[in-house]
Formats: sequence, structure tokens, C-alpha cells
Amino acid sequence: MTEKLVVVGNGMAAGRALEELFRREPDRYEVTVFNAEPRVNYNRIMLSPVLSGEKTYEDILIHDDDWYARNRVNLIRGEEVIAINRAERRVISRAGTVADYDRLIIATGSLPFIIPVPGHDLPGVLSYRDLEDVEAMLSAARKGGSAVVIGGGLLGLEAAAGLKAQGMDVTVLHLMPTLMERQLDQSAGYLLQRAIEDRGIRVITRANTHAVVGEEKVEAVRLDDGTEIPADIVVMAVGIKPSIALAKDAGLEVNRGVLVNDLMQTSDPAIYAVGECVEHRATCYGLVAPLYEMAKSVGAGLAGDDSLAYEGSITATKLKVTGVDLYSAGDFAEGDDREEIVLRDASHAIYKRLVLRDNRIIGAVLYGDTADGPWFFQLMKDGTDISDMRETLIFGQGFAGAGPLDPMAAVAALADDAEICGCNGICKSVIVDAIAAGQSDLDGVRATTKASSSCGSCTGLVEQLLELSLGESYARAAVQSMCGCTDLGHGEVRRLIIAKALKSIPAVMQELQWKTSCGCAKCRPALNYYLLATWPGAYVDDQQSRFINERVHANIQKDGTYSVVPRMWGGITTPDELRAIANVADKFAIPTVKVTGGQRIDLLGVKKDDLPAVWSDLNAAGMVSGHAYGKALRTVKTCVGSEWCRFGTQASVSLGVRMERFLWGAWTPHKVKMGVSGCPRNCSEATIKDFGVICVDSGYELLFAGAAGMEVKETVPLCKVETEEQVMEYCIALLQLYREEAHYLDRMHKWLARVGMEHVQEAIVGDADNRMALVDRFNFAQQFAQTDPWSERAAGRDAHEFSPLATPDLEAVA
Amino acid sequence: MQHSTERWLDIAALEDVPRRGGRVLRLPQGCIAVFRTVDDQVFALEDRCPHKQGPLSQGIVHGASVTCPLHNWVISLETGEAQGADSGRVTAFPTRIEGGRILLSGDCLRVGAEGADA
Ligand code: SRM
Ligand SMILES: Cc1cc2nc3c(=O)[nH]c(=O)nc-3n(C[C@H](O)[C@H](O)[C@H](O)COP(=O)(O)OP(=O)(O)OC[C@H]3O[C@@H](n4cnc5c(N)ncnc54)[C@H](O)[C@@H]3O)c2cc1C
Ligand code: SF4
Ligand code: FES
Repeated sequence: MTEKLVVVGNGMAAGRALEELFRREPDRYEVTVFNAEPRVNYNRIMLSPVLSGEKTYEDILIHDDDWYARNRVNLIRGEEVIAINRAERRVISRAGTVADYDRLIIATGSLPFIIPVPGHDLPGVLSYRDLEDVEAMLSAARKGGSAVVIGGGLLGLEAAAGLKAQGMDVTVLHLMPTLMERQLDQSAGYLLQRAIEDRGIRVITRANTHAVVGEEKVEAVRLDDGTEIPADIVVMAVGIKPSIALAKDAGLEVNRGVLVNDLMQTSDPAIYAVGECVEHRATCYGLVAPLYEMAKSVGAGLAGDDSLAYEGSITATKLKVTGVDLYSAGDFAEGDDREEIVLRDASHAIYKRLVLRDNRIIGAVLYGDTADGPWFFQLMKDGTDISDMRETLIFGQGFAGAGPLDPMAAVAALADDAEICGCNGICKSVIVDAIAAGQSDLDGVRATTKASSSCGSCTGLVEQLLELSLGESYARAAVQSMCGCTDLGHGEVRRLIIAKALKSIPAVMQELQWKTSCGCAKCRPALNYYLLATWPGAYVDDQQSRFINERVHANIQKDGTYSVVPRMWGGITTPDELRAIANVADKFAIPTVKVTGGQRIDLLGVKKDDLPAVWSDLNAAGMVSGHAYGKALRTVKTCVGSEWCRFGTQASVSLGVRMERFLWGAWTPHKVKMGVSGCPRNCSEATIKDFGVICVDSGYELLFAGAAGMEVKETVPLCKVETEEQVMEYCIALLQLYREEAHYLDRMHKWLARVGMEHVQEAIVGDADNRMALVDRFNFAQQFAQTDPWSERAAGRDAHEFSPLATPDLEAVA
Repeated sequence: MQHSTERWLDIAALEDVPRRGGRVLRLPQGCIAVFRTVDDQVFALEDRCPHKQGPLSQGIVHGASVTCPLHNWVISLETGEAQGADSGRVTAFPTRIEGGRILLSGDCLRVGAEGADA
């Protein structure tokens, strides 16, 4: 009979312990996992990039649903285990689920420490530990306002940088005189403070929080000296304590953490404990590298191999704030038996400090230039006697009297047992062996060795090893890049524009290290759109980065002439409009007048020089640009509906007109077409539009992500609503979500395929606050978008586009 | 490129052509596309894509290349040669900038290019 294994907690330690077990014994246990969080296992250390917008939740998943199914693990989400009955070997959850075990793993992690000042329990006081916290911060950030972060350590600074990147006013309060005082001396703390302040974050040191002030929710933080700092949210990042209540209640031995031996067994040998909740040889850890080590022992032990003892770890850490390089490892406490070597280069904001004891490195802090971090860490772990290289040690591995080594040569020079991936404790030889055994890309190396699969900061080193081993045949490209000008993909570029507050095409190209001087015809229009959509009102549209049609607001034809399509709102026209169109066609000798597939009229074969005059005449009759040329709202097709039709259930025409009048002018990743049908007979073909409405007696069925171009896609249902107001609200929110998330030139169905139905449903239907926030953002952007481009040009704007250069005096050179 | 001529036409002020953009010059002999790059170099090509006569003057200018507006061929502004997998070539005419004015080689008057958007 299979034995039963129950796991309490589904964080990074639990996930890794199961991997280690399955690697050895995939079928030995029937596994049940309880997770207080309502989700699968994700990479907690990457929450900061999610907060700053550089990554999404999907990017940081460790085990997806498929993994649980494949390994036949029964994951019970959103259920906290409240008691362990050791006599009967069973656990029970708050919801009442009971599970029997032969072996049990406690992996409950730790709890964020909340300073018990008055007001600490007001709504708006958050901790920084899980996805809920990040979502709460993001939703606060969407409303703007100010945030106070209490605690200037790694977590606090990452939270502050993330909130700032999301547009909040951020103040960091730190009790000590300088930031990260345990790792940095005063001057390095100052460099760090300056770098943080340079991003517009206020830092107050020696700040003792007296109270959190507010009536129904947080309003401010009051310091001991009486200063009040206004705050819409307060994030407490002052430390963690191992989560031991469950173990303690079950009568297991605990101290600061759950006590374990070198095999990671608690005082009850049937029960293992792993991760931040444990205390091993009098140490509790707060980083992932040690708990991955622990997980190896647990996996081995559960598989019946008791030879793999865990002997404690030395830890190293990096601050994950884009643009600030900080690495620290080991022990920095001062003591009589210790010496220090410090290097400062103020002009380059570089600071390096090594702490030595008996000629061996026991601690290292690098600021500004962290490239040598792993090398120092290796010397530290090996206990290498550094007497011989003491004079030059601080300059790093590459020091040879000349400039820094070429990075490839530096990697080549690393010893086989040099550690590459600190999180997972993977050394160079393991990676090189994996490559020799056939792995030829980053994903392959990640899957087989785990290297660079956690915080990702060693990705560059792993890629260099791939390049070194495979030579030319290795092409670095983890994602499909936007174009030949960059290795970054669309999603990364969009996130970095926000995260780094990049506000112009040159700024993007400079900061993201474009490989060409001014891009190409693929990336420039995409960047122009991303900037326009991200910074409405602030970004100045770059005309030279637009395709000719969008630059001159007409469609170029094969013979170099243009076509002109005025709007006919919802397909409705009038005799006056038709007369004006006829007059224009006559006056400018326009060869073809055609009814389009989008319920309006196309004037084809207009000479470019005539465009402003044609538009001026159309404007005079009340007509504006139909954006038939644009990545923008094209048409809202309607059928006659209840206004005339014997089957019509709602006023489909006036609804379509209302939608088109509200939405026109907005730029979108690709073109957007809509349709409104008065009943399920669907005469406006709403089921093959980017957004469609089918009216029924009881309201409106909303559909989206259809198309009938290169691929024919039927729409999928979004939801059903009762009033026209709601149709507008959902339609606007959906359009805005698409504007914010889609890659340039992805129609709505491609975007949906990438982000998934669940995501869209949740963002639009499931979360009313979010829906309204989307609507607000759309409305804000529209005020800058709804000017008729034709009337501007008829009035003289961009005149150079519509006239040739003056003919020069040819006689002079004849 | 070798200047095969001593005759230069003064065709426009540098500012008349937008940076990373182009203008068209209509001559009896045909249309010439005049380009200005991000670093203020000026180039002139016959305004007829070697593919299907697309008006290159209407394309997106990047580095010293232009992407044709009709089917996205990329043409070198320096040589008139199609880049990448495509092959074909349009005539490139020498230009000079003097005192903020764009001068175009008189050669353009001898080549019988037919206008694309005439
Ligand atoms: C004028 C029109 C044909 C007609 O005479 O009826 C037309 C003409 C063009 N279509 Fe279209 N499409 C027209 C309705 C459609 C429709 C039918 C509709 O909208 O109900 C479709 C299929 C529905 C759809 O889009 O899902 C359609 C699918 C396409 C596609 C394929 C899109 C796709 O996602 O696969 C393209 C190519 C593209 O956009 O990249 C395209 C592109 C074009 C372009 C813009 C090609 C180009 O880049 O130059 C044509 C411009 C001609 C011009 O100068 O006006 N046209 N095109 C129709 C204008 C409608 C309007 O009033 O704005
Ligand atoms: C924002 C942030 C950034 C970080 N950055 C880094 C970094 O750069 N480098 C680094 O090395 N470390 C970093 N860390 C620390 C690292 O994430 C932790 O060391 C690691 O996640 C601990 O793993 P764990 O499995 O012990 O605990 P956790 O990952 O916290 O998992 C514990 C899980 O158990 C669940 N649980 C608790 N009690 C119960 C119960 N009774 N029943 C059911 N479920 C329960 C919890 O909900 C939680 O999901 C960071 C942490 C945070 C929060
Ligand atoms: S489909 Fe319905 S609403 Fe449309 S015209 Fe026919 S009957 Fe009327
Ligand atoms: S005409 Fe220029 S690419 Fe086809």
C-alpha cells in the first residue's frame, strides 16, 4: 500500500522538497498538500518585480496545475491546517478537511512582523509577504496617492521601489541612522540612500514610528517627534518570525523556530520541517538558498536515504531593485578578531567591503559593481587563505594590473566548483556537464539543473557558459525579440517602459540598450504606441515612427494615391452627407466611390496633395476621419434593431452610435472592430468582431475576441449585462485592458490567447473596482485622443506631408 | 560615392525635410525622394521601389535605410540597394549640405526616372 505524505504549507521550501522526493521516488507516496494561499506554488522572491511591473504573476509560477496533475499531488488551496493530531497521525484544516499521514512535512514559512503601535490594525496597513499583499499594493497604487514603507532593509527598499514605479509618492522610514546598517557601513548606506532618493523616494532615517493615524482607514504615520506623514497605505517590512504555532500546539519542540536535526526531522521522527519555519543548529534563515539545501535532505530522507545531512549554510543576497546593484554575503558584525578591506570610488558610486578573519573572507558587501560577488563568495565558502593576494583582492578576480577582464574570459577562468547560481547552489561544473549532455539553451539548463530558475540574477553567467561551451551555435534568445534591434520581447519592453518610467523613444533605446541607432520600421511604431498608451497626455506622438497611413490619416494605394473613408456613426448616414460626398468626388475627380464591408463609403484614388482640401469639404458637412487607416477603432457595425425591425429587442443602432462616438480616436495595439445586433439573428455579424453585442429581451450579451481576417475567429462570451450603461462600462474597460496589455499588432484574439480567459474575466467581470479604474484610465486618455486629425490637417498641421518640395531653378544648372 | 558632376541643384533648406523622414521632389524627369537621417545626413533616391514602384519617400526612415510603405522592403539610402533577402536597386544621387541648404547632384536631370506618384 502506498504511504501517505501530507505537506503543510506550499511555499518555496515545500515545492522544492517535493521535487527532490519525486526525483528519487516518484510513486512512493500519495501526496496531499495544504496551502493557506489559494493558489499553486510561485516564486516568492520575484514578488518585487511583479510589484514594480517588470514581471507578471504568470512569469513567476514554479508549479502550474499541470505539474500537480502529472505528479498526482492533491493540492488543497486556500485551506490552513489548524491542528496536527500526532497520536492518530492526521491533520485538520480550518475548513474541516482531514488528512491522514504516515509522514508529514511542516513548511509553514514565516510571518511578517507587525510593530504593535496604535493603529497597526487599520485597513491600509499591509505587510509584504505574499501575492495578496502585492495585489493590495497594486490596487492602492492604481488610485495614486502616497505610501509609507516602514523598514529600510532589503524587503522595504524593494517594496518602496516597486510602489514608486507604480506611480505612488513613497516615503521610507528607517529606525537606524543609515539604510541596511547590518550590511553596509555609513558611507555605503549613504550611497544607497542617494540612489533610492534619486528615484524620487523620500528616505527618513532615525524615524521611530509612534502611531498609525486614521479614522476608518490609514491616513498618516506619526513619528515620535510628532511629524506626520500622510499615507494611503503603510507597508511594514521590519522583519519576519518563523511560523511555529502549529508545531508548538502539536507538542513538537520549538525555540525561535521548529527545532530539527541534520536530517531535518523534528522531535517526532515522522514529521519533517523545512524552510523559514525551522531552527537548525541555532540558526533561522530568511533566504532561499539554505532551504533548497534543506529540501535535499528532506527529499532523500523521505525516499529512505538518511545519508544526506544538512550542515547549515552561509548566505548571500542581492537587492532586486532595477538599477541598484547591491550584493552581500556572510557575516559583517565588527569584532576584535576581524579586519576589513574597503574600496571606495565615489565618482562611480562603487563601494566594496570585505571582512576577514584569520586571512579568510567571512563577509563581503559590494555596491555599484557586483560582478565579483560570486568569486568572493566562493573564496569565503572554501575558506581560502587569501594572504597571497591580499594586496589586490579587493579589485576582484579580473585584476591583473590592466582593465577588467573580458567577461567571457572571466567565466572561463572560474574553477569547476565555483558557484554560479547562489539560490540553488549550482556550481559551474554541473552546468557545463548539463550542456555537454545535450542542453543547448537557457530553458534546458534551467530545467535540468535549476540554475537561474529562482531570482534569475545569474542568468547572464549561465548564458555565458552556454556561449563558452557551444560557441557560435548558441544564440541567446530566451524570448521572441521585438525585432533585430533588441533581444527584449514586447512584454518585457512594455513592462520596462513603466518600471523605469521611460517617456520617449530615445530614452527607451538608451536605457534598454537598443542595438541600432534609431530602431527600424518594426520597433519604432510599436514603441510609439506603447509610450502613447502608457503616458497619455504627456508623451508627444512621434510622427516619424508611424506608418505612412497613420502619418497622413489616409490609406496609401498601390499607385501612391490615397483613399478617404469618413465616419458614418453606426452605419447611419443622411442625404446631406451623401450629397457632400458626391460633391467631393466630383470636385476632386475621385475615380472610385465604393461601399466598404464596414457600412460606410470609401473614396479611392485621391491625390496626396488634395487630401487636406478633400477633408476640409467633408468637415464642412460634419464628417470626420473614419480611421480606416489606423490601429484604432474602425467601425461599429449595427443592424436596425428595435427601432424598425420586427424582431429587434433593443435599440441596437443608437447603442452602436453611442459606442462609436465614445470610443473613436483611441489608439490600440491593432485595429478594433465592433458590432451590435438587435437579436440573435445577428445581422451585424457581432460574433466575428473584436467586441460584439447581441441584444436579447432581458439585456445584452457581450462577446469579444472575434475576427474575420487572416484567421476567422468566433467571439467568446464575456458576460451578460442588463443596461446600456453597463454595456458601455464593460466595453470601455475591455478596450483599455487590451490597450494596456496586448503586444503591438496583436488583434484581441491573439492577446486573449496569450493572457487567458480567466485573467480577462477576473479583471473585467470579477473585480468592479478594477473595471472602474480601467474606465477611468480610458476616459483620461480619451481627452487627448478625440480631436479630428483631418480638421487639424485641413487647418495646416504637418503641411510638409502634403506638398512636394518646391521645384528648383533647373536653368541654373542646365 | 564618387561625385561625377560639378553641377549641384539647391533644392531645399535642411529643415524642410523632417529628421528620420523624407520629402518628394518632382522633376520633369521623375520624382526624387529626399531623406534626412537622425544625425542630419541627407540622401536622395529615385522615388520608386525596385519591387513594385512604391513611393519610398513615404516610408519609415531608420539609420541609413528606408522601409518601403507598400510591402516593407528595406532600401539602403547610401546605395539604393535592397537589403536582406530582397534584391534590386534604385538610383542614388549624390547630395551635399552647404550653409544649411541641401544640394542635389545635377545627375538627377540626366536619369530618366518616371515619377511614381506623379
Ligand atoms: C475598404 C475595405 C474593403 C471594402 O472595400 O469593403 C478594406 C480595405 C482594406 N483592408 Fe480590410 N477592408 C475592409 C473591411 C475588412 C473586413 C470586414 C469588416 O470590417 O467587417 C475585414 C475582416 C474582418 C476583420 O477585420 O476581422 C477586413 C480584414 C482585413 C485584414 C485582416 C485582419 C486580420 O486580423 O487578419 C487586413 C490586414 C491588416 O489589418 O493587417 C486588412 C487591411 C485592409 C487594408 C487597410 C490594406 C492596407 O493595409 O492597405 C485595405 C485598405 C484599402 C483602403 O485604402 O481603403 N483588412 N477588412 C473595408 C473597409 C471597412 C471600413 O469601413 O473601414
Ligand atoms: C518580497 C520578498 C522578496 C524576497 N527576496 C528574496 C531574495 O531576493 N532572495 C532570497 O533568497 N530570499 C528572498 N526572500 C525570502 C524567501 O522568499 C523565503 O526565504 C522563502 O520563500 C521561504 O520559503 P518557505 O517555503 O519556508 O516559506 P513560504 O515561501 O513563506 O511558504 C510558506 C507557505 O505556507 C503557507 N502556510 C503557512 N501556514 C500554513 C498552514 N497552517 N496551513 C497551510 N498553509 C500554511 C503560507 O501561506 C505560505 O504559502 C524574499 C521574500 C519576500 C517576501
Ligand atoms: S437580426 Fe434581428 S435585429 Fe437584426 S435585423 Fe434581423 S431581426 Fe432585426
Ligand atoms: S513596392 Fe516597395 S516593397 Fe513592394
